[in-house]
Amino acid sequence: MSQVTLSQVSTRKLRSDDISGVNELVVRFANTNGTGSASANNMFAKAVFRMGVPISPKNIFPSNIQGLPTWYEVRVSEKGHLGRREGVDVLVAMNPQSMAKDVEMVLPGGYLLYDNTKPLDLRLIREDVTYIGVPLTEICLREYQDPRQRQLFKNIIYIGCLAALLDIEFSVLTDLVGDQFKGKEKLVAPNVHALELGYQYARRNFDCPLKVRVERRDLVGDSILVSGNSATGLGAVYGGATVAGWYPITPSTSVIEAFEKYARRLRIDPGTGKNNFAIAQAEDELAAIGMVIGACWNGARSFTATSGPGVSLMSEFLGLAYFAEVPVVLVDVQRAGPSTGMPTRTQQSDITSAAYASHGDTKQILLFPSTPRECFDMTAQAFDLAERLQTPVIIMSDLDLGMNDHMSAPFEWDDERTYDRGKVFDAEQLEQLARDGKRFGRYLDVDGDGICYRTYPGTHPNKGAFFTRGTSRDKYAIYTEDGDEYVANMERLQRKFNSAKKLLPQPLLKTSSEVAPIQESERYGVIYFGTSDAATEEAMEQLAADGMVMDGLRLRAFPFSREVETFISDHNRVFVVEQNRDAQLRSLLVNELEIDPKKLLRVLNYDGSPITAATICSKIRQHCAQQGSAGLRQA
Amino acid sequence: MSYIITNFRHPLSPTNKLGFTRKDYEGALSTLCAGCGHDSISSAIISACFEMSIEPHRVAKLSGIGCSSKTPTYFLGNSHGFNSVHGRMPSITTGANLANRDLTYIGVSGDGDSASIGLGQFAHVARRNLNMLYIVENNGCYGLTKGQNSATTDLDSVNKSGVSNTFEPIDLANLALQLGATFVARSFSGDKQQLVPLMKAAMSHRGFAFIDVISPCVTFNNNPGSKKSYDFVREHQEATSSIDFVPMEKEITTQYDPGTTQEVTLHDGSVIHLHKAIEGFNVHDRRSALRAIKDHQERGEVLTGLLYVDTDPVDLHDVINTTHKPLSSLTESSLCPGSGMLKSINDSLR
Ligand SMILES: Cc1ncc(C[n+]2csc(CCOP(=O)(O)OP(=O)(O)O)c2C)c(N)n1
Ligand code: SF4
Ligand SMILES: [Mg+2]
Repeated sequence: MSQVTLSQVSTRKLRSDDISGVNELVVRFANTNGTGSASANNMFAKAVFRMGVPISPKNIFPSNIQGLPTWYEVRVSEKGHLGRREGVDVLVAMNPQSMAKDVEMVLPGGYLLYDNTKPLDLRLIREDVTYIGVPLTEICLREYQDPRQRQLFKNIIYIGCLAALLDIEFSVLTDLVGDQFKGKEKLVAPNVHALELGYQYARRNFDCPLKVRVERRDLVGDSILVSGNSATGLGAVYGGATVAGWYPITPSTSVIEAFEKYARRLRIDPGTGKNNFAIAQAEDELAAIGMVIGACWNGARSFTATSGPGVSLMSEFLGLAYFAEVPVVLVDVQRAGPSTGMPTRTQQSDITSAAYASHGDTKQILLFPSTPRECFDMTAQAFDLAERLQTPVIIMSDLDLGMNDHMSAPFEWDDERTYDRGKVFDAEQLEQLARDGKRFGRYLDVDGDGICYRTYPGTHPNKGAFFTRGTSRDKYAIYTEDGDEYVANMERLQRKFNSAKKLLPQPLLKTSSEVAPIQESERYGVIYFGTSDAATEEAMEQLAADGMVMDGLRLRAFPFSREVETFISDHNRVFVVEQNRDAQLRSLLVNELEIDPKKLLRVLNYDGSPITAATICSKIRQHCAQQGSAGLRQA
Repeated sequence: MSYIITNFRHPLSPTNKLGFTRKDYEGALSTLCAGCGHDSISSAIISACFEMSIEPHRVAKLSGIGCSSKTPTYFLGNSHGFNSVHGRMPSITTGANLANRDLTYIGVSGDGDSASIGLGQFAHVARRNLNMLYIVENNGCYGLTKGQNSATTDLDSVNKSGVSNTFEPIDLANLALQLGATFVARSFSGDKQQLVPLMKAAMSHRGFAFIDVISPCVTFNNNPGSKKSYDFVREHQEATSSIDFVPMEKEITTQYDPGTTQEVTLHDGSVIHLHKAIEGFNVHDRRSALRAIKDHQERGEVLTGLLYVDTDPVDLHDVINTTHKPLSSLTESSLCPGSGMLKSINDSLR
């Protein structure tokens, strides 16, 4: 095997065709999992963010604990394009195992930072990439005795190098170290020292900064940087959840971890030091959702979080909750299925199984958050909706949203806001009902919206008790197999489901027609939801710049409101962007709104990595080419 | 079966301490087969709650699916009930109890419901020591689906179709003991004398109280070859001891011969009196209980009575340090941290 030494791999002067530009780049870190690179890589992302430049970091990791390749990718985009982008401008290649493939991802003219303590395999050398060799291992061997420190500080040192190469303000990094080790001040100095080692090495040995670099801006406003799962956990605290039953599964586990973390801080009874919450790690997802149903039936706000396999196990119980009309909040952080699929890769592939979860005629309410802020808002709101509608509400997050940090509008809470506990009779109301000579009927549709009044166990000594069951019953909750009663009940449930449409988050219209007017004769629309938002909106911009102007509608809930129907009927063709193979949302639209399937065109990505604007553009262009559309000619 | 329900109430029908009559603890008419053991258990629950003067609406009754799981409709009509899905009563009860620790929880299940489809949930609710009374109405068959063998059908027991069971049974009392249940008993639906005080003691127990009640299915499993028939159990039952239960508030008036009676004081101050215990049996010793169950089984006998009790149990709420108030009673003021806190959380995320 032919190898080259440091002197052979040039730290040559920059060439004219090297990638250049300010604040538009993708930096990819290739690491081995279990080596402590995550916090160093996070520090890099956060430093750019603190310099006022929008970023979008993504973890790409295997279903494994130690020793396999993992990647961390940060897209820096001053234009605010926060979807994933293919192609790497700067690769930090720390994993020999994956190096061959990693090198291929670098764009022509890109840069590759590597550890040149050992010579590089010649076959990994590309003519069109600038190699930046730093003797990371050698520096660590010299500076540190402890093997663990040698490993950990290697990560910090390459962050120091990057800072010099990309012109990241060093003081921003030292501030971050200070924040990270608040309370463990002993660790600050060694970390800053490691940053210095890298920073100085790069400054001494290379022309810093590179032609591609970061420059301070004021473009992030009051945004926060947080993962969707943290936001969901916090939303559950704010939304008043007191009982959580759960079973570990990637990528949902950190929802409960976040709930627990925040609850331990914010939900301790000041008088007694006891918990104003209860978390039970269940024996499986059946028990987890069972606990939620029991708690909600008994008047608490309760939730669970899982992923596709868990939703499958919960299916029977979701039918019970639908039919017995028990509120439930379920967070589905979707991952690539079917079966165990790719457990650490993202998809939006539980749409159908969640929308129609369970046997019989069931329909479930779905919410589609796109950002951490929406995870927070929708989770808090889900408790109101579930209790108002007395039915399960499923929050359809995904791995990309849940486990990656996203730049997001800050969380807000109106202190005037009260929880909507829905239609619940208390003891006094039951007394009044009796005084008015009326009989309490658990399933009487008094208000005509399909939503009936319930009571909590323990309310009144001789009024308002009823029997909850999954079998059919009459309006007074008495068991019956009478066909007419059954049908009346099923129709009321349908009415209730329709009542939900007004209460759910409405879709958001996004039009690029300010760029160029839309031709009346060729009105094209794009429907998208969840984490396809950033890439879709970027794609819409790109297409508009090429003269293909279209309207976008971001769906935020199922059942679909009238706006969705109107949007589809107002457009000649509608592209439906989603991250699954079977175009599940499209099927749901066709099925529920009775749309002519020909009108809805699939734009799909389901390889497990977040969808990109490039994919969306190319699929839309493909459709246009096939359709021979006049209005959507390629520019 | 059907019979006419009367609204007639004798003016002198006895009332309990709270002024309720037995009728206030009854439920809808049973639709089970006449003579079904499960109906006797419902009746025992009614007696136990009436005699204990529990406010009916402070009880929640939960069940899975099966003839046995239907029974909560037939007792405590003023209590909320939840007939859930097959084998999952334990998780529903766990959630309910976490939400409101102030109610009394009675879970009713069958041998199919608990020993087959629900074995996992049974095991976990026992090991979490959830504060509840868990009753298995054990008829050694699947009643509602017409008599198939269940996981508690005894070895060589012959069902109505003449088929003998070739698989080892699961003994739920034995299992509960091994899983750390803090109150374990076995009884027989036809033995109200024993069953009612056991239920009362179980409801006073602050933790997981399990009673395996042998409850013959007259339609599918009450034939000569069955080991869960009335005749078989009557002939082969031996009790660990006979028991009296004295609730906390009640003064102990009866005098017992010293030496023949063991007194067990439960956490809430109520007392169980055990008379004429079988030789060498200690109700505070799990191993003693396990040994006694096994010895009797080998002799072809059914050991009933209180098998084990821990008088100072640590229940799930103790373990997870939940607040004393029911979580369901907490409102925005103690649940929602407010906008000020959110601002500082936002700051920490920049
Ligand atoms: C998921 C599911 N599987 C199967 C059934 C059918 N099923 C109803 S009751 C029952 C058995 C009940 O047996 P057991 O718990 O012993 O109650 P019993 O009727 O004997 O009192 C079965 C299998 C069901 N309701 N749900
Ligand atoms: S089938 Fe058996 S268990 Fe079911 S009601 Fe009849 S006797 Fe009871
Ligand atoms: Mg049975």
